[in-house]
Amino acid sequence: MASLVVAEHDNRTLKDSTAKTVTAAAQISTPVHVLVAGQNCDAVAQAAAKLAGVEKVLVADDAQYAHMVAEPMEALILSLADKYDAILAPATTNGKNYLPRVAARLDVPQISEILKVVSPDTFERPIYAGNAIQTVQAPAGKKVITVRTTAFKAAGATGNAAIEKIAAAADPGISKFAGEELSKSERPELTSAKIVVSGGRGMGSGENFKLLEQLADKLHAAVGASRAAVDAGFVPNDYQVGQTGKVVAPELYIAVGISGAIQHLAGMKDSKVIAAINKDEEAPIFQIADFGLVADLFKAVPEMVQELTRLGY
Amino acid sequence: MKVLVPVKRVIDFNVKVRVKADQTGVDLANVKMSMNPFDEIAVEEAIRLKEKGKAGEIIAVSIGPAQASETIRTALAMGADRGILVKADGDVEPLAVAKILKAICEAEKPGLVILGKQAIDDDSNQTGQMLAALLGWPQGTFAHKLDITDSAATVEREIDGGLQTVEIKLPAIVTTDLRLNEPRYASLPNIMKAKKKPIDEKTPADYGVDVTPRLKVLKVTEPPKRQAGVKVKSGTELVDKLKEIGAI
Ligand SMILES: Cc1cc2nc3c(=O)[nH]c(=O)nc-3n(C[C@H](O)[C@H](O)[C@H](O)COP(=O)(O)OP(=O)(O)OC[C@H]3O[C@@H](n4cnc5c(N)ncnc54)[C@H](O)[C@@H]3O)c2cc1C
Ligand SMILES: Nc1ncnc2c1ncn2[C@@H]1O[C@H](COP(=O)(O)O)[C@@H](O)[C@H]1O
Repeated sequence: MASLVVAEHDNRTLKDSTAKTVTAAAQISTPVHVLVAGQNCDAVAQAAAKLAGVEKVLVADDAQYAHMVAEPMEALILSLADKYDAILAPATTNGKNYLPRVAARLDVPQISEILKVVSPDTFERPIYAGNAIQTVQAPAGKKVITVRTTAFKAAGATGNAAIEKIAAAADPGISKFAGEELSKSERPELTSAKIVVSGGRGMGSGENFKLLEQLADKLHAAVGASRAAVDAGFVPNDYQVGQTGKVVAPELYIAVGISGAIQHLAGMKDSKVIAAINKDEEAPIFQIADFGLVADLFKAVPEMVQELTRLGY
Repeated sequence: MKVLVPVKRVIDFNVKVRVKADQTGVDLANVKMSMNPFDEIAVEEAIRLKEKGKAGEIIAVSIGPAQASETIRTALAMGADRGILVKADGDVEPLAVAKILKAICEAEKPGLVILGKQAIDDDSNQTGQMLAALLGWPQGTFAHKLDITDSAATVEREIDGGLQTVEIKLPAIVTTDLRLNEPRYASLPNIMKAKKKPIDEKTPADYGVDVTPRLKVLKVTEPPKRQAGVKVKSGTELVDKLKEIGAI
């Protein structure tokens, strides 16, 4: 039949995670259709139409989808589900929010955060904070899947799909968006940045994160954090990298003042190169770091910034 | 208003799990088990609502082996009022858990169900959302802050971009994120008191739910291992090395 990918976007730009989910979908069932649910989201639909391998983009433009509130999203996706044998979303906080509702209503298990499509009904997914990889076979019937996007390459922008407006589904009327407080940053997004610099409890304060920001600015890197740094209020919750935060796999991950608990490693151990700065030479982070520096971060990070400046960064 | 809190017995978060050599799963023999950490946060939130006079009875539910009664006892020692143990051996998938919880909700009629956002063993992050959909209730997942009135809940949620607030009608489902609260430790007197609190024993069949797994686990393997690399002596050398290999 076909697969349906629910697009991740902010009504203005299509997120990279959608292009990666399209890649996974194409390995499960073709043709691939993309659903853009939002408000005044034309630019997003245009971008989705350019994704290689996408045959059709369905656009539901309505106020109830402006913030992807779960209950209206469930109703909309269910109204389309008949025509698809696989429904996929990136494993973002949006996808994780609405997609299990769809699975439950279709009476099928959801397969969360797939890492690999082994065959159209068999998938690899991480369990126990990525300390084990489960290969699971889905039963016959519809597949409902969230995709760990760091594990898939983004579909290119060489496509030219048709765009079709579709009607909104009736709003269940039991929930409504009431506001948001988004972190503002000029830096690249954590999950798509090529370089990530993360700080942990060792940073000591939110003020001290400025030191990491200097390093990040030199490297055009995103800034992340451990749970301990978020819990201590040094940085906002959306900085958290790990099993229960964001999963990143950049070209380079620099962990500063982070011990390397399994829950943190779960979110970054697939990075291409890992560098770690910690004053404790026994810190577990060193067991997985390509480059380890046993030092006080308050000395080491300024040294890095200085050397980068000298090298013309 | 009754509050239902589903609590799962999982491998303690401090345990480094080992994959079994025959690739059938992870080694659970002689491993420390605890309440899923997100569920402790859920129990704590329910107790705080009760302390503020916004919740009445708190019911802790666990679906699992006989030992899951210990997990329920932990919730009772924290301050839950009674427990329901739905005995089932082997893995019960989130959809089946949600179906059992739905039946319990229909019998108990809670105004609120607070679950963890994620069980740290299967890392599914589904059960609360599935339960909400099966009941036709709204949800406030990944809760960072929760406010309740007689007929609605305001839930501030941890999302990828920051925080989002939704207003949902009661009855509703809430799932907890790490910053919602810091769970209390049970005091010794409360642990003693908990021993007298009632736990009902049920089976999935009592609720008419078939818990046979729908997904077939073909194998469980170890992820690729990373090796420790080299040590450098200064921030300067670190930058030079990263430049050498083209990482920056
Ligand atoms: C349910 C659950 C979910 C979790 N999810 C996550 C998650 O998603 N992400 C996550 O990160 N954690 C998560 N955790 C928490 C995790 O277990 C650890 O507690 C956390 O990662 C520790 O953060 P940290 O390394 O910053 O702090 P610590 O473990 O306290 O380490 C601080 C490190 O800084 C070093 N240090 C201190 N001062 C300096 C200095 N001046 N110079 C250099 N080094 C210094 C110390 O040597 C130490 O190694 C979770 C835990 C639970 C129970
Ligand atoms: N077997 C179970 N017994 C009780 N509660 C459960 C069980 N499985 C899942 N839950 C609840 O659902 C939440 C999310 O689990 P999961 O969807 O498996 O990640 C947990 O934090 C628990 O609150």
